[in-house]
This record gives sequence, C-alpha cells and structure tokens, in this order.
Amino acid sequence: MRKEWEGFVQGNWTNGIDVEEFIKLNYHPYDGDASFLAGATERTKECFERVQELLVAERKAGGTLKVDASRIMRINAFGPGYIVPGKDIIVGLQTDEPLKRGICPFGGIKMVRSEVEEFGEKLPEEIDNMFEYITTHNDGVFKAYSKEMKQVRHLGLITGLPDAYGRGRIIGDYRRAALYGIDYLIEEKKKDHEAIASRHVMSEENIRTAEEVFNQIVALKEIKKMAESYGFDISEPAKDVKEAIQWTYFAYLAGIKEENGAAMSIGRTSTFIDIYAERDLANGVYTESEIQEFIDDYILKLRVARHLRTTEYNELFGGDPMWITEGIAGLGLDGRHKVTKNSYRFLQTLYNLGPAPEPNLTVLWSEKLPEPFKKFCAQVSIDTDSIQYENDDKMRPCYGEDYSIACCVSAIQMGQQMQFFGARCNLAKILLLGLNGGIDERTGEKVGPQMDPVPDGPIDFEEAWRRFNVYLEWLMELYVNIMNTIHFMHDKYDFERSQMAFLNSEVKRLMAFGVAGLSVAADSLSAIKYAKVYPIRDENGVIVDYRTEGEFPKYGNDDDRVDEIAVKISERTIEELRKHPTYRNSVHTLSVLTITSNVMYGKKTGNTPDGRRAGTPFAPGANPMHERDKHGAVASLNSVSKISWETCQDGVSNTFSITPETLGKDPETRANVLVGLLDGYFGRGAHHLNVNVLNRALLEDAYENPEKYPNLTVRVSGYAVRFNALSKNHQKEVIARTFHERV
Amino acid sequence: MKGRVHSIESFGAVDGPGIRTVFFLQGCPARCIYCHNPDSWDPQGEGEGLLEVEDILHWAMRGKTYHGKDGGVTFSGGEPLMQGKFLLESIAALHRENIKVAIDTSGTYFDEFTEEVIKNCDLVLLDIKHTTEEGFKFITAKPMDELFKLIDVINEHKKPVWVRQVIVPDINDKPEDIAALNEFIKGIKYIERVELLGYHTMAVNKYAKMGLTYRLKGVPAMDSGKLNELRKLVKAHHKPVDAVSQVPLNEKDSIR
Repeated sequence: MRKEWEGFVQGNWTNGIDVEEFIKLNYHPYDGDASFLAGATERTKECFERVQELLVAERKAGGTLKVDASRIMRINAFGPGYIVPGKDIIVGLQTDEPLKRGICPFGGIKMVRSEVEEFGEKLPEEIDNMFEYITTHNDGVFKAYSKEMKQVRHLGLITGLPDAYGRGRIIGDYRRAALYGIDYLIEEKKKDHEAIASRHVMSEENIRTAEEVFNQIVALKEIKKMAESYGFDISEPAKDVKEAIQWTYFAYLAGIKEENGAAMSIGRTSTFIDIYAERDLANGVYTESEIQEFIDDYILKLRVARHLRTTEYNELFGGDPMWITEGIAGLGLDGRHKVTKNSYRFLQTLYNLGPAPEPNLTVLWSEKLPEPFKKFCAQVSIDTDSIQYENDDKMRPCYGEDYSIACCVSAIQMGQQMQFFGARCNLAKILLLGLNGGIDERTGEKVGPQMDPVPDGPIDFEEAWRRFNVYLEWLMELYVNIMNTIHFMHDKYDFERSQMAFLNSEVKRLMAFGVAGLSVAADSLSAIKYAKVYPIRDENGVIVDYRTEGEFPKYGNDDDRVDEIAVKISERTIEELRKHPTYRNSVHTLSVLTITSNVMYGKKTGNTPDGRRAGTPFAPGANPMHERDKHGAVASLNSVSKISWETCQDGVSNTFSITPETLGKDPETRANVLVGLLDGYFGRGAHHLNVNVLNRALLEDAYENPEKYPNLTVRVSGYAVRFNALSKNHQKEVIARTFHERV
Repeated sequence: MKGRVHSIESFGAVDGPGIRTVFFLQGCPARCIYCHNPDSWDPQGEGEGLLEVEDILHWAMRGKTYHGKDGGVTFSGGEPLMQGKFLLESIAALHRENIKVAIDTSGTYFDEFTEEVIKNCDLVLLDIKHTTEEGFKFITAKPMDELFKLIDVINEHKKPVWVRQVIVPDINDKPEDIAALNEFIKGIKYIERVELLGYHTMAVNKYAKMGLTYRLKGVPAMDSGKLNELRKLVKAHHKPVDAVSQVPLNEKDSIR
C-alpha cells in the first residue's frame, strides 16, 4: 500500500478509482455537538480583513473590481496569486490577484466583447482576430438553430439557455486528485483512451470520447504544472489534511480558471477531508485549531472566485453567483449518517468568516441526522441565512450515497454523471399562447400551431387545459431539440476538459430541463376552473387581459383543488419531454427552479387569468405567488411538497422567509422549531428549502441604506446572495415575497 | 358538527409547545382594549366560515409531520370556549389520531361544556388579563367570575397551564403588577410556564378598517428591554408530577 494511505482501511479503492468506497470504509460519524469547534485565528482574521476590503472596493467599482483581458483564461494563463502574500495557507487564485477576472471566450466571443466593453476596456486585437478563425460554442449553436428556435427564445417562451455562455453544472470529483495524485489519474485516463480508441466500431461517439479523454490528459498535465507554480508537486497522493484540501482545491481551481459555466459546484468534500483530519488529529500532526484554520482558508479562497459577466447575464442570475455548492451530511446506504466534525467545521466558517453566499453550503437533510447537528444547522440558518437544505432521504435511493449538488438543487452522482443544463420554459406563457391560439400576447407575433383564440368567456376549463397541452407538446419537442443543439455544440467547441478529467471517461448524462411560472400557471387554471374568467381583447382580437369573477383556490394554501393542477402540469411537462430523444442518450430530468430569472420571466409575460399584472415577477422556483399563501407556513410548504421529486428529479426549489419572532419566543425554541419545520417538510417528501430568518423591515432598510449592510446575505432561489449585489429590481422582488409572520 | 372559524394558522410556534396547527374560533364575549382580532368578536362573523370537525382533523393531519413530539393543535380565538360542543367533538377526533390539543382562553367565558373541554384537553393557555377585579373589567369589559370558575375546573382536573399576560405600558408594566401576578397564580396548581407578551400596535389599522375606535390610541408598543426585565420577576411554582394531560406532554419542556 502507498505510504500516503497508511492508517486507512483498504478495499477496492486501492486498486482502482473509487472515492465513494474509500469514504465508506474510513469516515468517522460524529454524534457530538458543536462545542469542539475552534474560532478564527489571528492569521485568518487578517486574511479575512483583506477580503472584506476587497469586497468593499468591488462593490464601489460597480460589482467588478478588475478585468484582465490580455490573455485567454487557461489553466496556466496567470502566474500565482495570493490574498495576503506569505499568509495564505491554502493557495491558488484564478488569476494573479484576488477578484481580478479573466476572459473565457470559447463559450461565445460576443459575450466576452460586451463584458470587456461594459467594463470600459477593449479586447486586445490579437484575441479579437483569433476568433475570425475559431468557432465558439455560441457560433455553432446559432449556425444550427431554426427560425422557430430563435423565435421562442426571443419571445421568452424559453429563456436563459446556455447558448452564449458556459453551461456549467459539471462537478469534477476533485477529491480524486487528493486521494490518488495526478499521475495515477493520468495513467488511468491513458488506459481508458487506449480502450476506447481501439474499439471495433469507431462510431461517432467513440471517436468523440477518445478525443475528449485525450484532452483531459493534457489538462491533468497542465494542472500539475499549475500546482508547481505554487510550489507543490501533486503528482502523488496527499499525505495529510492540509495537502488533501490543497490538492482538491487545485483540481477545482483549474476548472474555474478556464471555464465560466453558470454553476461550478465543488461537490462533496467535507466528509472526505474529515478522514484526513481524523487521522492527523489521532497522530498529533495537527490540532483542531489548525484544521479549522485550513478549512477557513479553503472557504475564503472559494469566496473570492469570480467570473466576468454581462448585465444581461446578471438579469438572469442576479448577485454574481458562482454556485460553488458543497453537499454536507446526508446518510450512507448502510444507515450510518455522514455527519463528521468537518460538517461542523464547514458551517463554522459562517461564524469565523461571517455570513456569505459562497460557497453554497447545502445540508443534505435526513430525519436520521443526529439531533445536535440538526440544531446546529438551524442555529446557523437563524444567525446567517446562508444555508439551504435538501432531502437526502429522497435523493439517496436514486443517486446513491455519494452524490452532490450541481448548481442549486440538482443531484448528480459523484464521478459517474454529468449534467446538460437547460434553463427553463415559461409555463404561464404557454397557457396564454394556448388561449390566444398561437399569438404572443405581448408582441402579437404568430408562433407555434395556429388556431382561433378562445371564444368569449367564461373560459371553459377543459378547453383551456386542452389548449395548454397542445402548446406544451409543441414547445417541449422544440425544447429538447434546442438542448440537443446546444450541448452538441458545447461538447464540440467548449469542452470542459479540466473538469471532465476528474470524472469517469464514459459518464452517464442527465439533461436538465426546467420550468418557470408554475404557480402562476396553476393559479390561472384554477381561476378558469373555479371562478369565471372572461378574456379581454385588443383591437386586433388578441387577448391581452382577463376579467376574473369570483373566488378561486390558490396554490400555497394546501388546497388540493389547485395544488393538483400544479402537480399535473409538472407531470405533463416531463411526459412530453421524455417523448423526444436526447443528445448522447442523456436522461431527461425536470426542475422547478428559477434562480432570479423569475423577475425576467415575469417581465416577458402579459396579464394572466389569476389577476397577476403584465410584467410582474413570478414567484421564484416552486414558491406560491407572493402573499397568496394565506394559511401560514405549513400550508404553504405543504403545497410545494406535493410537487413530487420523482417527477422533477432536477429539483423543486422553495425559498422560505420567516421572521425570528414567528419561530418562537426565545433562541432555543426558535432552533428547535426550525428543526421541526425541516423534519415536517421533508417528512412530507419535499425536496428543497432555502431558509431565511429575517424581518422585511431589515431588507427595506438594506434597500435604502446598502452601506449599512455590507454582509447581509439572503437565500433567493437555490442559492444565496449578498443582498447588495442584487439589482434594485431583484431586491424589490425579494422584499415582496411572503414573510411568514405572526402578529 | 360545525364550528365557526375565524382563521386557520397552519404554523403556530408561539401558541403552546412545538409547532401547532392553530384554529382561531369566531366569537368572543370580551372586548379587550388591545384585542388584535376585533373581527373575531362577532359569533356570526365571516372569516373561514363554518367548518366540520372533519375539516379540523384534515388541517391538523396536514400538520402532523411538523408537530413532532411537542406540537399539536391549539384552539384560540375569539374565545374558543364559546363553541364548547364543537371543541369536545374536535378534541375527541384529534385524540383518536394522537394529536395533542391546547385551549387558548381569555378566561371570560364559562358554560355547561367548559368543564368537559378542560377535562379533555391536554394543555390550557390561560390568559390572565389582570389580577384585580377593576383592572380586569377595564381591559375586558367583563367581570372576573368566569376566570375563577375556570381555574377551579382546571385545578380539579389537574391540567397543565401556560399562564399568559399581555403587558401594556402604564397599565400593568410595573414590578408591583408582576408581584401581584405571582401572588394571583398561586391559585393555579399546575403551571408549566408563565409568558409575558408585549403589547404591540399592529392591529390599529384593522380597527380603522372596521370603523371601530381604537382605545389605546397613542400608547406605544411595549419596550422589549423592559419586558425582559419584568420577565425576570416572574415566579412560578414548579409543575407537579401528577398534572394530567390526555397525551403525555414532553417532560423536557423547561419550567420557568
């Protein structure tokens, strides 16, 4: 056995890559409480202070501190950079300075040009010229798109497609670098390459894969070189906890240096790293305080990761997110929980380094997690609003015990799977289009199958539902084809070699479709079914508004009459998607998630039969529309919990805001009640919950006086943001959301 | 049987232990000067309308995964005891599903069903509006007789009690007032907890909307710092072990 592995229980993982088994055989579940945790060291405080200064400067500069467009971001484009030279313990930055952003043009050169120009600079001529001869992902996609594809895109029926920016949502199993060292990974990849390239039938798929694996090997070699520039040789396995963090981080860093995908999760590193920490603690190599300091520094590095974005992009994904999502806790398939001391240490960074949106700490909740850990999580939520929860009891049976979360809420098996990310389609607009018989309500443009608009009201529910389905069928076929085009081109022109290098050479693929406006569509159909809805037409006969008489049940009140409509919509959507074959035989999945694009989707949608006015933001994700949930938090949560994860395996996102006073009269009660709320919600089979414990007045004050709240962090939709980093429109929408409150 | 319900709060964490499904019943004999639900006074008032016992059960069951070992259902109001028969049937139905029931009462109403309700519930949240006859009348416009009757049956059936009092500036916010409260609640045998609730002004708009005069106009919300000082003065005797709850209450509930 290798020297670096001494003290570890051996298994198959010593004969081939199997991080999952390594963890299973070697981790130590921790049942205790938070009392062992260490605070920030003086060094940590100094580095944190420096980052605070940089963040203030970044905000003052309008959100982007520095741009270096002089070279294309590749793994070794920049030399080493540090937060405080000489003080960083875990080293490595994307560029040679913290918060300095580089350019990743292979997704789309036009995007990069506008990013650089928005910042008041120009792309160097030689790079500009280069792209006369280089096809980007974006070029490829638009060469292949049909007219209709472009039309549904600009009308806002499908929005946020990763056709002009990096798709992201790929999670390399970066732990492999620490456990095996890069040389071993290269050897394995070489074997894979030879096996694939020697197949009897060199099909398109085999040729493509062989080329991809070759590129991964090149990337691995470059990663070694990058580590060397920082003075580390990562060709061999890590021998202690500090190296395990460093090796893992280097592997991740390579990915975020050269890829600017929309979501760059780090995976599930805490329990893995804990195995090294426990060994070092037992052998007296490092103390608790030193280990916490390593973790703090690792997290601090993740907090300064940045990508250059355009204003247009920020409209979709407000708050400058990276989605460096880390999955914490969960259960093993053998029934043991995976809470380790490191699960606590990761959360402790929110105290040692203050609240922050990144990394996107995600607790994989199971009712069987130890009580002290549940309470600690609840307390951290109450104190920092910085963590989210997902139902491990739902995901584990499907994805095994070693999955992680891509982007906000989507599970992926570590090392075995990748995801083709696909933005979302607008359900409310599909309904409006159906009622109008194929005329866009905002522009009057004809799109999709053509039929007469619905006759004068009251609109018949069966007819509305039939029309909704006609247009859903049409759009879902188009949606699959658009996604196939995008991912074909992304693989071809912007392949994520440095991330894919840490996955199996032949991965399973998921294709993640999404919907927006579920609550608006459900409430609108409920209005048609239970009240009387009369169309109002403009001079051209286009329905531009609705008059609704009478009461109707609204999603968010645990009322099955309308909740069933929402459930049915989600089921119909995935059924339609599954009818159409996908690129590289990926598995169709569906999410009810909007990031912050609920604001933009709302902007592109006319008046709806539920009474929502044109342009008003949708509720985020699977949330009920703001202030329509009238029966309190549990009823609201229960409505969302009915959207089944089996239907929406890419995630059902719910963002929840509650005032501290409503959670209970004293701090201990509040933490207990929040635990009860999470147990209750997930006990009903729900999938995801963002928890904010705050008062609306606080957000209103932060809206008016941003300088008073430099670190105010809020969960928005599958991720957290610094409130100040949101646009004023996004801020207003967050303030308008339901705050569960008892007076 | 049907009950008239003002509103349903599916998530209550401040009306008894744990997470509770709270039913605010319509109708109240008291006219408390600080009442924040004046729309619950009229026994024929609108609100959620008439609900069957099975509706109560339906809502409670939807909360069951949240109730955990401490939570359950709370009937509040209005004055829930005004619908005693409905309460009895509801409690029976809830108990069949092992759901614990608390009654949140203003102590201003007592009728032929009251004793049975108290006997069958698991916890009483007892509002002691004031400790003197005239103070009580000033706040509620009702005499104290019903309160004393209620305390008698609570003691007789050994029910655990959470005593509550709303603290209003210049009305009952002096240390003497708390001393009087300490003295008064010696007459209640099985106290688990005493809660002082700060008066707030959030109901003012409701009064205006309903065309009612708000009698505490100009009185500021209770200062939370001062309220915390008063809380330290509360002396409650310990919960005796023989208090009877239909379903065992969680023992770890802290006694204050």
